[in-house]
Amino acid sequence: MTAAILEVEHLTQRFGRFTALDDVSCAFLPNKLTAIIGPNGAGKSTFFNLVSGAYAPSAGRIRFRGRDITGHAQHEFARIGIAKSFQITNVFKQLSAHENVRVAAQMLVSRYQLLKPRGSYKALTEKADQLLARVGLAASRDKLASDLAHGQQRALEVAMALAAEPALLLMDEPTAGMSPAETGVMMQLITELAKQRTVILVEHKMKLVMGICERLLVLHHGEFLAEGTPEQIRANDEVRRVYLGQG
Amino acid sequence: MIDFIARHRVASVLAFLLVFPLVMPYEALAINILIFGLFAVGFNLLFGYTGLLSFGHAAFLGIGSYLTGIAIVHFALPWWLAIAIGVAAAGLAGLGIGFLAIRTRGIYFAMVTLALGQIVYYAFYKAERWTGGENGLRGVSVPVLDLFGLKLDFLDPITKYYVILAFVAAALWFVSRVLDSPFGAVIESIRENEKRAAACGYDVARAKLLVFVLSAAICGLAGTLRALHLSIVPIDSLHYLLSGQAVMMCLLGGMGTFFGPFVGAAVFLYLEDVVTTLTRHWMAVVGGVFIAFVLFFPKGIWGTLIDRLARARVAPRASPLRGAKRKSS
Repeated sequence: MTAAILEVEHLTQRFGRFTALDDVSCAFLPNKLTAIIGPNGAGKSTFFNLVSGAYAPSAGRIRFRGRDITGHAQHEFARIGIAKSFQITNVFKQLSAHENVRVAAQMLVSRYQLLKPRGSYKALTEKADQLLARVGLAASRDKLASDLAHGQQRALEVAMALAAEPALLLMDEPTAGMSPAETGVMMQLITELAKQRTVILVEHKMKLVMGICERLLVLHHGEFLAEGTPEQIRANDEVRRVYLGQG
Repeated sequence: MIDFIARHRVASVLAFLLVFPLVMPYEALAINILIFGLFAVGFNLLFGYTGLLSFGHAAFLGIGSYLTGIAIVHFALPWWLAIAIGVAAAGLAGLGIGFLAIRTRGIYFAMVTLALGQIVYYAFYKAERWTGGENGLRGVSVPVLDLFGLKLDFLDPITKYYVILAFVAAALWFVSRVLDSPFGAVIESIRENEKRAAACGYDVARAKLLVFVLSAAICGLAGTLRALHLSIVPIDSLHYLLSGQAVMMCLLGGMGTFFGPFVGAAVFLYLEDVVTTLTRHWMAVVGGVFIAFVLFFPKGIWGTLIDRLARARVAPRASPLRGAKRKSS
């Protein structure tokens, strides 16, 4: 049995008196695509923020490749190979699409170089172009990120997350606000990405992830309600009740 | 034209500054514009490019001035060493003030830098034995600059202008390199979206501190040059009014553009010079011009100009001009 790439143990997050996530434990195997689903307010985004390093948990531990990274700063998560794409599009709006991806890729190569022109890093320029092509943005290379359509900004998000060559890619509702056509393209892309790295998808729409995931975790009221293959989840009465209950 | 300027921004500004004293009413004003232009460019590194609004940058101008003055008046050190001391002291002060200030954001950042700047003001005000207190530090006179045997008459205004220009040019070149570097890309990304920059793996606090120190050192250099230019360090070098002027110069000229702050400083000081001959209330006039620009030309004089020129060029395709620009002039 292969060792888990990411393990969370007794993860708990409280906001004042409200417990958003309550003693959650699970492990994720390398190069697998897992989806975390659940109705609104189930604690999905909290879980995502904790394992991506946005803030430290109230209690519990997070282990990446066996190493305890609980409480590490956000930028350290990115440097050891955990990248994320945000639910609310979070790009560098007044920079070109290409520069967005180039800056993201630059992290691996140069962070404090003051005197060399950035244009002299040819490999970064090319890498950014390749990633733009991969997510279908090659034609929008020189447009400002703020001038891109919503779906294109979502794609840019993914290209930026990939630029850091993560071993673990966390995605928070990657298809939020996308048209059905765009959603299809994005799901196709995610399936491909999951062949080479671990992908954890946080998603509200259960139907969307059923077809592409090997494993699903269902969150409800800050706790895991069920875990299993899409078939098992579909057959689970409790999951059906929770999802049908909220319409 | 605009392409050429953008590509050779330092060379273009130099070409202009070489002939600049000829078009100014007198050299002292031209020198003042050089010094405050540099001050505003250093400030803009933090304000326009990183998105941090400091209200305490007079501290760095003043510390540069005072430490250079003290080195010359009290220790009789050579002029070049005095300049180095002034710049290093301003950089160190930037490290201390920056370390405290970057823990805050927005209006709190402005207030913390303002408060720390005022602490520096009172510290120098009280240290009368070293700084001359209210009267300022007198006798910072360097009549002749000895440059490896070459003696330059620093009392001659034209020579003084070109000597100071040499320092300003080197500093502008440095700032231009920094902005074009990978680190320049990092600070721009922090200005655009701090959260995302951290998620990309950049240590936002550290990058902010580094740019704060660079900005302080550049403003410190402006201060050292001012001490040599005036032969005295007035106590108002540290006054928060000067911090406010840096903000005004940047906004007037165009924040986040390379030349903007310099243009802003030139217009501000020229207006001051001309209007004071007409009325004592020159500040009211400058204030009026400032308000007009903030309301009607929020990109500032230079920012609006390059915008218009770029728009005129791409007009046939009717595309928004902001798209293609990479290197801001």
